[in-house]
Amino acid sequence: MTAQESPVTEQAQAPVDTHATSGTGRHVRFRVSRFKQGDQRPHLQDYDVEIAPATTVLDALTAIRRDQDPTLLLRHSCFHASCGTCGMRVNDKEALACVTEVSDLDCDTVKVEPIANQRLVSDLVTDMIDFYDRFRAIGRPLLRQSEAFPDSEVAPGVEEHRRYESCIECGLCLSACPIVASDGRYLGPAALAAAQRTVAEPRGGDTFSVLRLTDDAQAAWRCHLSFECSEACPSNVDPAGAIMFIRRKLAGQRVNSIFGRRS
Amino acid sequence: MTVREDRTSPRRRGVYGWVDPRGRRLGHWAFILNRLTGLGILLYLGLHLVVLSMLATGPNAWDNFVSLALTPVFLAMDVVLIFGLLLHGLNGIRVTLVGFGLVVDRQKALFVSLMVIGAIVLVVASLHIFEVG
Repeated sequence: MTAQESPVTEQAQAPVDTHATSGTGRHVRFRVSRFKQGDQRPHLQDYDVEIAPATTVLDALTAIRRDQDPTLLLRHSCFHASCGTCGMRVNDKEALACVTEVSDLDCDTVKVEPIANQRLVSDLVTDMIDFYDRFRAIGRPLLRQSEAFPDSEVAPGVEEHRRYESCIECGLCLSACPIVASDGRYLGPAALAAAQRTVAEPRGGDTFSVLRLTDDAQAAWRCHLSFECSEACPSNVDPAGAIMFIRRKLAGQRVNSIFGRRS
Repeated sequence: MTVREDRTSPRRRGVYGWVDPRGRRLGHWAFILNRLTGLGILLYLGLHLVVLSMLATGPNAWDNFVSLALTPVFLAMDVVLIFGLLLHGLNGIRVTLVGFGLVVDRQKALFVSLMVIGAIVLVVASLHIFEVG
């Protein structure tokens, strides 16, 4: 092995910052939605940002805030699709800015807007109270039985393998849903998906009352099957599939009640 | 339900959120087309009743309308009507099945399959319409 091929030589090379937003040569224009309290409506403002192969939309936005415009407001936290705070509309599609690489968008202009159908606070920040309110009646299951290691032994002192529920409460499903767009009374996909999880894995919860809450013209029966919530979900929750699961349960209950059977 | 109605939000997209196709996927196209064809069929129903009311005004008015209905423009409108009926009806089958929790994970394939059937029927019907016309 020659010195050039040795792994030691490779390790000695300076690390390349694939997320860099300066000195890379490629510029992308970001058209960012701006809105401050008192404005009539949001408007788009352009910023040019240098991007590297792995620069994410969130990298670019934080670079804009750092280098060009400190008044730009956005929410973010974990940078790895776990917290759900950086949900936005990127080129008219719902996405988590932290895992959306600019190079994957394959365009020279990237439009960034806040998630839709929520009260706008400022720029890319929305008030999530309305989103969280929707869980109030249903409840918010947090821990679920883990399906990752079905054959593994559970360690002494551990009841069962558990993991967090898949929903990261980013609000992208509500942003994508055309029914939420026109009717704020609709319970919405996120809360209905939470209801489905409660019914599918009760964990001591009252599944009867949860199902009864979903059996409403503004709940499970309000969905019109655009499936945009499932397309937008970055966490494989599949809210539309969950709503159809609930409907099948409810329809089964109706059929059983006709024939005098208890479900 | 317990959700607060909030019509003051400047970000609720309203009915525009139904018909804006930017960034939307197959399911939303099915949603948009179902609504548009539904409205179209409703409009046709009204027109149909107006046309039928000509029967009450005598045979001359009816015969004049029938000769108008056999012009190529009217025949093309018949094709559009059949397109709307096929799309709405066939997608209605998908909505009914999936809406009751059946074939949910195959809903895209179901939509495409039904639309292929619809396209074949539309071509056959169109040929027949212009043949008779």
